[in-house]
Amino acid sequence: MALDDIYKEVILDHYKNPRNKRELPGAELQCHANNPLCGDEITVFAHVDGGAVAEVTFQGAGCSISQSSASMMTEAVTGVKIGDARGLAERFRGMMAGDVEPAEDEFGDLVALKGVVQYPIRIKCAVLAWDVLQEALDGAGSASGAQPHTV
Amino acid sequence: MNERTVSVKTAGAVGGLDVGAIRRDFPILSRTVGEHPLVFLDSAATSQKPNQVIDAEAEFTRHHNANAHRGIHMLGEEATQAYEGARATVARFLGAPEPETIVFTRGVTESMNLVAQGWGRTHLREGDEILITEMEHHSNIVPWQMTAAVTGATLRYIPLTDDGLLDLSQLGSLLTERTKIVSVTGMSNALGTITPLRQLADSAHAVGAIIAVDAAQLAPHSPIDVQALDVDLLGFTGHKMLGPTASGGLYGKSDVLESMEPMLGGGEMIHEVFHDHSTYKSAPFKFEAGTMPIAQQVGLAAAIDYLDGLGMANVRAHEEEITRYALDRLLDAGATVYGPKDASIRGGAVSFWFKDVHPHDLATILNEQGVAIRAGHHCAQLAMRRYGVPATARASFYVYNTKDEVDALVGALDHAQAIFS
Ligand SMILES: Cc1ncc(COP(=O)(O)O)c(C=O)c1O
Repeated sequence: MALDDIYKEVILDHYKNPRNKRELPGAELQCHANNPLCGDEITVFAHVDGGAVAEVTFQGAGCSISQSSASMMTEAVTGVKIGDARGLAERFRGMMAGDVEPAEDEFGDLVALKGVVQYPIRIKCAVLAWDVLQEALDGAGSASGAQPHTV
Repeated sequence: MNERTVSVKTAGAVGGLDVGAIRRDFPILSRTVGEHPLVFLDSAATSQKPNQVIDAEAEFTRHHNANAHRGIHMLGEEATQAYEGARATVARFLGAPEPETIVFTRGVTESMNLVAQGWGRTHLREGDEILITEMEHHSNIVPWQMTAAVTGATLRYIPLTDDGLLDLSQLGSLLTERTKIVSVTGMSNALGTITPLRQLADSAHAVGAIIAVDAAQLAPHSPIDVQALDVDLLGFTGHKMLGPTASGGLYGKSDVLESMEPMLGGGEMIHEVFHDHSTYKSAPFKFEAGTMPIAQQVGLAAAIDYLDGLGMANVRAHEEEITRYALDRLLDAGATVYGPKDASIRGGAVSFWFKDVHPHDLATILNEQGVAIRAGHHCAQLAMRRYGVPATARASFYVYNTKDEVDALVGALDHAQAIFS
């Protein structure tokens, strides 16, 4: 990876020692999605309390980018008001689209994922957890909007 | 149309191919990735094209372009001749009895859809069975699911053994007089497995079924004789055999082709059009509606000339040798290989998982070293699920690959290990 070594280390650290990777019993928000391209899977569990994300965890399997992004996300949105969590998700997506220059104090470890922009096919891996979070916050319950068509 | 300007065999060269000379025909192989030479190990997805193919396509477009089977003028005649000449070249390459048994399509996906719709919808009804395998590419699964939904026929699967072969032990209960068609890959793009086509053809015919083959991987890498194999239908794709994208076709026995309905209606496939119905031309023309990729099929003929110049037996021998070497080195390096480990019964698409490095991470790291591999489910999710993996890394080889490139792959694996350990 041509990612700077420090960023690489951050990504690998979250990949090998994921934060908040467990089920959350009794979570009122839960949502699952997968990336059929590579089989990455993420389930996000969240407790909401007083309009804020009180606790958030994830379960999943996949590449270092998808799994480290999920781990970083749980740290970034814990204790954050729902509106602010949505805002961060939006700006994270903006960073992955190359439109938003990340502010270190807001993004924290997430800045490490900026280098993924060089690999367009892998941007999907990085945003997967955030898609699931947004879906969970929307309270939709099931995965990404449109149901797949079945033959 | 093109003179054969292909490399001659030199004694002692691997598998009888002069790979150095071959590589000089492929301008793209001299590209670099950063400071690394490009090591292209993704030919199972699409092959690179030699100058002879690039030039044949450009020469047609530059000097002979017109619509085929239409213009009553010089260029129209030339285009028709080039297009029909390409059909004859394809027929010869596959051992087909005559050019009219070759339908041009835009590739094997279209070919298998044509079989599933054009044959399936007119020959299948409730109670009938379609037999495919768990190692199929999605293009030989999804069209059958669509046809099963429309006709009420049932789709059944030949399972796989732990080492990546078709498990034929239960064939007797899977293949019965209810089976109307067996549709099977000739060589798996996900596992490399070569399937026993003649045996399957005989078994299918014994119960009155026909057999269709997805030869997307087999045709580029192995000699094929459709008459010796006694298969009824066989689809192939040009871009995996040194030809242009959107070239390819479907071989069919004459009576089978005649019994099929067209999938697309439109210009040039009709005999006469009336207010309430139309009559069709005979095969293969009734399946070629609208303007076809003419320059591309001409390019495909040049690709076949190139492969014929090398000799398909030599192509196969070269790939077997390089695959054997790759399997040895990958297994030595600690990779888990999915599919047969014996190079003599498999092709050169080698699927593997390296330690606990996810295939996507591996492909990104290898790319940094100039090595291009595929990572994903290879449009074969049933096979992936069978072996309990969401995805694999896949290195695949062709006429221009060398053992040095296998070494580059294995060397780059060390790099991945250093990052992830
Ligand atoms: C075994 C097999 N079948 C079908 C296909 C589909 O080929 P195409 O995309 O050229 O139609 C492929 C290529 O990916 C393949 O490897």
